[in-house]
Amino acid sequence: MKNLKLFIPFFIFVVLSVLLLKGLGRDPSALPSALINRPMPAFSLPDLHEPDERVTEEIFKGHVSLLNVWATWCPSCRVEHPFFMELAQEGVRIIGLDYKDQDPLALEWLDKLGNPYAEVFVDRDGALGIDLGVFGAPETYLIDHTGTIRAKHVGVVDEAVWRELGALYRQLVQESGR
Amino acid sequence: MIQINKLMFYLKVVPLFALALAAFSAGAVIEIAPLSSPELESRYRVLIEELRCPKCQNQNLSDSDSPIAADLREQIRVLLEEGKSDEEVIAYLVDRYGDFVRYRPAVQPSTWLLWFAPLGLAGLAFAGVFLVVRGHQRAKKQAAKLSVEEQRRLNTLLSSSSKPSDKHL
Repeated sequence: MKNLKLFIPFFIFVVLSVLLLKGLGRDPSALPSALINRPMPAFSLPDLHEPDERVTEEIFKGHVSLLNVWATWCPSCRVEHPFFMELAQEGVRIIGLDYKDQDPLALEWLDKLGNPYAEVFVDRDGALGIDLGVFGAPETYLIDHTGTIRAKHVGVVDEAVWRELGALYRQLVQESGR
Repeated sequence: MIQINKLMFYLKVVPLFALALAAFSAGAVIEIAPLSSPELESRYRVLIEELRCPKCQNQNLSDSDSPIAADLREQIRVLLEEGKSDEEVIAYLVDRYGDFVRYRPAVQPSTWLLWFAPLGLAGLAFAGVFLVVRGHQRAKKQAAKLSVEEQRRLNTLLSSSSKPSDKHL
């Protein structure tokens, strides 16, 4: 009994070590989105290519889509751009949200680097960004065919990220087909 | 002569510049215009102290220079001017950015551990101290109580040692 007592600090040490070790592997900048499983917030924003046309949340109804929040001032967006080009070629529907950017620069970017987006609309003052809980670019949302946000990824979408996100995407596409 | 004038100029301007810098860094953010009433302004100050910038790992909205913190400060000003209560403003942000933005987390089942674990741990520590102290006191008391046989032995030991022999010294 007395010997067991001597081991108490050691047990506490072991438990703490395990907890701290687990904490080491976590990415502190990965915030859970508050909007998972909630409908896409209502909005009405101009189309990048035809500024007189308005794009609303209706654009997400009927298709599973990715919503990519990007901007020309964002270096990581340039990094992930080629991967989105690939995804678009595979038939993934990607909607672009040009976030707090200048239209001419955005148009020039798409001309030069290619346009992976089925539709691009602009949020010049970041109002929809706040409704979406955007705190930087790039951010990518997975939205199902009912217009409900199902997943969010903060940062560059690359092959490693797509392994998980893509699996969910395909699952949602299958579900919507039924 | 010109050079001395120049020197005097720098001697005057540089400290002034440093002072201005110090003034700017002392207060967290200098806003363009205060809110419409001092009451709103003071509530705004408290809110941006208590709300965390979602982009930054450990800065409140007041301290952060990131664009999103500026946007959120602006949004809070708008909401306050619209007559929203502090709770409504906090709910607005939590709704969009999650509980992460609160530096003072809500008391809810998921944060019970956070709020009450320190109390529980303090309680455990006090209980531990109490038990150890009581254990010592009991041991002392038991040491003090001697059986008749032990008392007799003690007496003989004491009486024998009352005549100290040279060996022990």
